[in-house]
Amino acid sequence: MSRQMTGAEMVIAALQDQGVEVLFGYPGGSVLPIYDEIFKQEKIRHVLVRHEQGAVHAAEGYARSTGKVGAVLVTSGPGATNAVTGLTDALLDSIPLVCITGQVPTHLIGNDAFQECDTVGITRPCTKHNWLVKRIEDLPRILHEAFHVAKSGRPGPVVIDIPKDVQFATGTYHGPKNIQHKTYRPKVKGDMDAIRHAVQMIGKAHRPIFYTGGGVINSGPAASQLLRELVRTTGFPITSTLMGLGAYPGNDEQFLGMLGMHGTLEANMAMHESDLIICIGARFDDRITGRLDAFAPHAKKIHIDIDPSSINKIIKVDVPIVGDVAHVLEDMVRVWKQTQPQIDKAALQKWWDKIAVWRGRKCLAYRASDEIIKPQYAIQRLQEAVKGKDVYFTTEVGQHQMWAAQFLKFDEPNRWMTSGGLGTMGYGIPAAVGVQMAHPSSLVIDIAGEASVMMTMQEISTAVQYRLPIKIFILNNHYMGMVRQWQELLHGGRYSESYSHALPDFVKLAEAMGGVGIRCEKPSDLDAKIAEMIAVKKPVIFDCVVDPAENCFPMIPSGKAHNEMLFGEAVEDIGNVIDEKGKMLV
Amino acid sequence: MNTTHYPSAYVFQTPETHTLSVVVDNEPGVLARVVGLFSGRGYNIESLTVSETEHEKHLSRITIVTTGTPMVIEQIKNQLDRLVPVHRVVDLTVAGKVLARELALIKVKGKGEARVEALRLGDAFRARVVDATTESFVFEITGKSDKIDEFVGLMGPLGLVEYSRTGVAAISRGPEAS
Repeated sequence: MSRQMTGAEMVIAALQDQGVEVLFGYPGGSVLPIYDEIFKQEKIRHVLVRHEQGAVHAAEGYARSTGKVGAVLVTSGPGATNAVTGLTDALLDSIPLVCITGQVPTHLIGNDAFQECDTVGITRPCTKHNWLVKRIEDLPRILHEAFHVAKSGRPGPVVIDIPKDVQFATGTYHGPKNIQHKTYRPKVKGDMDAIRHAVQMIGKAHRPIFYTGGGVINSGPAASQLLRELVRTTGFPITSTLMGLGAYPGNDEQFLGMLGMHGTLEANMAMHESDLIICIGARFDDRITGRLDAFAPHAKKIHIDIDPSSINKIIKVDVPIVGDVAHVLEDMVRVWKQTQPQIDKAALQKWWDKIAVWRGRKCLAYRASDEIIKPQYAIQRLQEAVKGKDVYFTTEVGQHQMWAAQFLKFDEPNRWMTSGGLGTMGYGIPAAVGVQMAHPSSLVIDIAGEASVMMTMQEISTAVQYRLPIKIFILNNHYMGMVRQWQELLHGGRYSESYSHALPDFVKLAEAMGGVGIRCEKPSDLDAKIAEMIAVKKPVIFDCVVDPAENCFPMIPSGKAHNEMLFGEAVEDIGNVIDEKGKMLV
Repeated sequence: MNTTHYPSAYVFQTPETHTLSVVVDNEPGVLARVVGLFSGRGYNIESLTVSETEHEKHLSRITIVTTGTPMVIEQIKNQLDRLVPVHRVVDLTVAGKVLARELALIKVKGKGEARVEALRLGDAFRARVVDATTESFVFEITGKSDKIDEFVGLMGPLGLVEYSRTGVAAISRGPEAS
């Protein structure tokens, strides 16, 4: 169906045709025509954020918790540059977003006009693709193409930069059509020979492990189901990256917990000693592999990834399978059922016995206290309090994020929103806003640190405006905890600029912003106060004052291998464990 | 070469030089995407040549000469292939039958014996004189990059003023399209 309309009307029509229900944005001179169209309609709900970075993170939270494409609308110049952090975050974590930016009129482009910046130039390396729309004739095609590129293949953020005169111009609008893109055709079906070969290898393995990541979540709920089926049929252990938590139930016997720098002993040791790693939708990130020349020295590797450039980037693999996780796993499960490989049960039992020994060391143990709240304890009590509830978690970045990853158990995908690749402090509050917009009656909790929260706390105002009862659970240790931990371990305890001076009174802050503030300083008060937080139907800042000296363990120091972990109990010897070369790493 | 402080991959590989032919949609910004990818990810560009090749289909061909270990070369190809406006990436070096040529314009100034010698060498290298004054020549020379390197080297002591090179254009031998 084609109709005559203005560029601004096309934007709204295309968003509606693409099923967008919520748009996160901030108005400004170069997007006024589009805002005028938003005013005239009711299908798309606009959420006014307080800073454009917040708009992008909110859209990320919305996208991750729903599996849909997140939509953002910002103005030219500072609107676009403020969005850059969020776009980069979405690129590294493969979150599908369409970000529409206003631009100065075409005749002013290149003139250093007011609020002009080279948006496509600035966002080129931090988007999957971007477009500057110079002619109204191109606008409908680009709008629909943008959604296609954002959500298909390896998902990612895209930017459409629309000059103001194009927004005013009149043209013919076409709805989304199913035409093949000229150049962009991501491969979703895996190569059958490779899949058969992989199944054969899985059948013969003695010390296998599944290593799964965010790709499973991005592939949709079917992928998580198929993964569960495959893992249960084989009886193999499974570990997950930070991004993949929830794809496999966290409480399941076969789940070894997260792997990597702050992963569990059993997960990292199992990776180190395995003879077959089945990597599904993960990318051998440096936080996972540790020292490369000592990474899984005995293992053959199968790697399933939709992005060919992720394969053989860091680790050479034996069987690469390019395709969408759900498609590949479907074929894999089918081939498995057809060929019925005979697993060496005795060897597998021996493998599980070995894992049981590592598990027996209880690597997440910490020294409990009656005097002071241990951050791990706070998260455990929180987990206990939300049991059986319809709950979504977001986090900021730092120690609290790692503790949350270690101690929270997720049974379903799309329940865990965290900034993994970019590690963006300030992600959690706006992401929680986005999640709560998508799930108005669910419990949405941002596990936060007092330093991260200060980066985007203006979005509490957004939460208040839209009556979003997000809970900001601050593990307040008065430090940028992870920075402090590294300074303690690597820089002789010189805590350079990592102390949180001049913190606000978070209770008063919450009240001033129109929310509710709760402070908790004693372990004995924790349960009652958490219950109070959950009961409040308003945004809450929960100021949980925790042990300022607690470190996040286990930890694989930079430049070390999976079998060279540090533990909480070994805290005194730590100074010598990291060599000069390790200190160079971040 | 391991240029970061991270340990290099456990398989030590020697760098190789590859000639890549990248067929792209001729849209604004496509060259910036390709070049930005190389600079952003720390890959080398030794030579880069771009021109529209099929006007009605809106296609351009970018020829890139790059060096890296086999793993890096594979990574470069995959990263290029991932760019939305890229139609295909062909590694002409792997195809094994690469035909690569470059053109250069070389200005030489001199009188007397040096001038005669420059002209004589120009002849030997099949360079054409495309501009001449009583005290200078501009040579046009086509060939493999090392042939041009050599000619430029010889012109050095004979009054070389400046020169301009096009970068490598490459295509595969035989009847098939690459």
